[in-house]
Amino acid sequence: MNRYALWKYLIIAVSLLLGLLYTLPNFYGESPAVQISSLRVSANVDTALLQRVEDALKKASIETVGIFLEEGSIKARFTDTDIQIKAKDLLESTLGKEYIVALNLLPNSPQWLTNLGALPMYLGLDLRGGVHFMLEVDMEGALEKSLDRYSADIRSTLRENRIPYTGLEKQDKKLILKFRDTEARAKAEAELKSNYPDLGLIEKEADNRYHLIAAIKPEAQVRMQDSAVMQNITTLRNRVNELGVAEPIIQKAGADRVIVQLPGVQDTAKAKDILGRTATLEIRMVDDEHDLDAAIRGKVPFGTELYEERGGSPILVKKQVLLTGERITDAQPGFDKDNQPAVHINLDSNGSRIFKQLTRENVGRRMAILLIEKNQTEVVTAPVIREEIGGGRVQISGRMTSMEARDVALLLRAGALAAPMDIIEERTVGPSLGADNIARGFNSTLYGFFAVAIFIMIYYTAFGVISVIALSFNLLLLVGLLSIMQATLTLPGMAALALTVGMAIDANILINERIRDELRAGVSPQLAIHAGYERAFGTILDSNITTLIAGIALFAFGSGPVKGFAVVLCLGILTSVFTATFVSRGMVNLMYGSRRRLDHIPIGKIWIPKHRLASDKAISHEEVEANEDTTASGKVRINEQKKVNIQSEAISPVEKIAETNNIVDDAKIRPDEKAITKTKSKRKKSDVKQPKQQ
Amino acid sequence: MEFFRFNRDIPFMSWRRQGAVISLITFILSVFFIATKGLNLGVDFTGGTVLEVSYSQTADLGKIRSILVDLEMSDASVQNFGSSREVLIRLPIKPEVSTAQLSEIVLNALKQADSSVEMRRVEFVGPQVGAELLENGALALLFVSLGIVAYLAVRFEWKFGIAGIIANLHDVVIIVGCFAFFQWEFSLTVLAAVLAILGYSVNESVVIFDRIRENFRKHRRASITQVIDNAITQTMSRTIITHGSTQMVVIAMLLFGGEVLYYFSLALTIGILFGIYSSIMVGSSIIMLLGVKREDLVKLEKKPLENDGAVV
Repeated sequence: MNRYALWKYLIIAVSLLLGLLYTLPNFYGESPAVQISSLRVSANVDTALLQRVEDALKKASIETVGIFLEEGSIKARFTDTDIQIKAKDLLESTLGKEYIVALNLLPNSPQWLTNLGALPMYLGLDLRGGVHFMLEVDMEGALEKSLDRYSADIRSTLRENRIPYTGLEKQDKKLILKFRDTEARAKAEAELKSNYPDLGLIEKEADNRYHLIAAIKPEAQVRMQDSAVMQNITTLRNRVNELGVAEPIIQKAGADRVIVQLPGVQDTAKAKDILGRTATLEIRMVDDEHDLDAAIRGKVPFGTELYEERGGSPILVKKQVLLTGERITDAQPGFDKDNQPAVHINLDSNGSRIFKQLTRENVGRRMAILLIEKNQTEVVTAPVIREEIGGGRVQISGRMTSMEARDVALLLRAGALAAPMDIIEERTVGPSLGADNIARGFNSTLYGFFAVAIFIMIYYTAFGVISVIALSFNLLLLVGLLSIMQATLTLPGMAALALTVGMAIDANILINERIRDELRAGVSPQLAIHAGYERAFGTILDSNITTLIAGIALFAFGSGPVKGFAVVLCLGILTSVFTATFVSRGMVNLMYGSRRRLDHIPIGKIWIPKHRLASDKAISHEEVEANEDTTASGKVRINEQKKVNIQSEAISPVEKIAETNNIVDDAKIRPDEKAITKTKSKRKKSDVKQPKQQ
Repeated sequence: MEFFRFNRDIPFMSWRRQGAVISLITFILSVFFIATKGLNLGVDFTGGTVLEVSYSQTADLGKIRSILVDLEMSDASVQNFGSSREVLIRLPIKPEVSTAQLSEIVLNALKQADSSVEMRRVEFVGPQVGAELLENGALALLFVSLGIVAYLAVRFEWKFGIAGIIANLHDVVIIVGCFAFFQWEFSLTVLAAVLAILGYSVNESVVIFDRIRENFRKHRRASITQVIDNAITQTMSRTIITHGSTQMVVIAMLLFGGEVLYYFSLALTIGILFGIYSSIMVGSSIIMLLGVKREDLVKLEKKPLENDGAVV
């Protein structure tokens, strides 16, 4: 009855093998590395580049531990972080801006493991250090912005079609167009309807004026929101690329949120600075005609605004926007003819047309490039226009350092966000805390495991050892599974790992206690093992499913680290049910199942009570089913006894034997047991046949 | 080795009254403390900024406070965290300051005063996110409760579902009550612990309920009290050993898990200890209170067998 078919052992062996294989990479650790990938399509990452990198490193006598080309990027390993950083700086300067050179950690596992897809667990930010941001798109702002654009467009449409209107104002997320008569309004409405399908138009009369109220349709708003989020993600990705992060995660979360995770980023201030920039760029003309001093004193001339240039000097800028950052296709830092730091800008065709006209009309004057961040505007640079610039290639130079040139180029290139964004959640973990957290999680699991293992082995002796082996198998499978799935391991996830150890042992305890119960009742060892496992299974399933419900809820409603906890918890439940019932049973079957005469099983000393409620433990479950009559008659007897003994302690025939020696050692239990089992063995065998066939 | 040697069933059910009084008192006290003292909600729920920094020597808290006052952040709280070299600074939400920059400003100021300061952790949670996390936590609690009731109702009977969930919500309220009383920080991880406990200690009730069902089947003449007492007594050993094992791991976390896991494991500890009590006393008392009958379970189980019932 306690035998497994070969295929069951095979399942155990295969799962053990897979568990080992996929857990293995976690033991090799990681080494510092530099990862080179291309920023532009034009820049190829190929063997030629590999050669270049190798040569450059060799020339600077920087030793690599290994350098290879993989999945479109070159990775070079180093022995320590100092060399890594040195190599990064070197490569950054030799390869130029075409490539991203990022610091990374690469697993040290041998190539054959990597080829099998066996990778170490993916560590969350709280373990490896890094930055997590959640940004929210300011949809109100985006709406405002697009209404501004619409109002400008509508004005020009009406003008082109010579439709007279008396006013256009923005009010409460709506545009109100005012007309003198219904005829003009009808014409305008027809014109706007065909030109702007996203606008909903409503006619309204108010104090002798004929109004046309234009609002963006809800479905268009949703579409706008989606595209704004997508554009922002693209922009953020560009900005993150500039930061040189090896494995950034930038993803949409919900309708209007974006999650950015930058593992291993040390300079969080810089990251926040660049990401948090909700910059829009505008090119306007500088107003040099009016008196600057008067403006500083508070008399800002009409149509101009007073801003500060980088470096602090005040400057008057006209309100009219000539060009926005959306027209900029590329911007690179570099040097001009005189070897002064400069920024080279490329404009798109529309932008170059406007820029050509603008420069032609304004030779000798200054234009200002304004960077508008939340609530504050800064003049990045205000160069003098020397000549007409056509072809969309612009060079800004003068009065800047190469660092500034790089910064300006970055800002111009990364482009504007479609809608402003706010950081609504930030979690930054320094590298030292990350390492500490790993140690904490690891130690908790390790010591917890040892404590439980020692206790269980003492308490249940050989069966305890089996339980502990099953438990370590559980841990192995869990880690293997997490590695295969590349699920993110967080500190709460490690806590769940430890907790899984504490909870998974429950199934083993349930089984062992059941087996003891059966033995106590005088059942033969083989049958006790069988019944113990069979009956504990239902209970194990029930109790684990309730925990699974909790785990699933945590996964569904939790966020970040809590999700990590939930994943490990849920997986841990699955693996623990498998190992506690199936694997430990397999071990028991292998060890004891084939023994025809198993007199006792080493599950610790079993104590047998003096008295107990009769009829149950003496006769096992199956027998109750089969021998209705005997038990019924037995119960009659018990009832008679009850009258005598109010506490309802009856003595069954079996206990009478057991009663003689209260505490029975494993060895001592044998004679008693034999006596019982012999008399009943025939009956039992026929009873147990059914479950055996399964 | 066997720890638990009961010669006869322990008459747990005859202590129902005392149990009910204890439960009610602890429950009311917990609710009282939650209502009056309130929870010391962590930054996850309230929103705000938390900065953890470490120094090479013992940190001068007074100096850090004065730096913060200079930055016009006098409402910041500064305290040691874990060791004397580590400092935790909490900054409440300020609508007028760009929150993302807030931590940078503070860090820079600290760095100027003492260059050995090292950033360990920054957590900033916006007010809307905090509210959402709280809402999601409540939703998760509701989902788990309903899920467990439904599962127990299907697997056993509705009375067991109700009893199981009351017994465990009782634990949850007491954990939360303890956090309110001691003003321990209630963070997202603590919430995770509470929900894990909810699932975990239902195990306990399930094991006992399983035994009750089995006993109903076997002891045809035994009274309900006897059946329940017997079930609890028989599972007692497993209950204590299981909880003990889990507690060992939790103690390991308490000792080695550091500050982040400290309150997490504290919540688990309270949950585990009260879980033992509540599944023994509360859960079983409630199914008695709801008037559980053997027909509730046995009939359902034995329908296929035809000659059942008539004999008894």
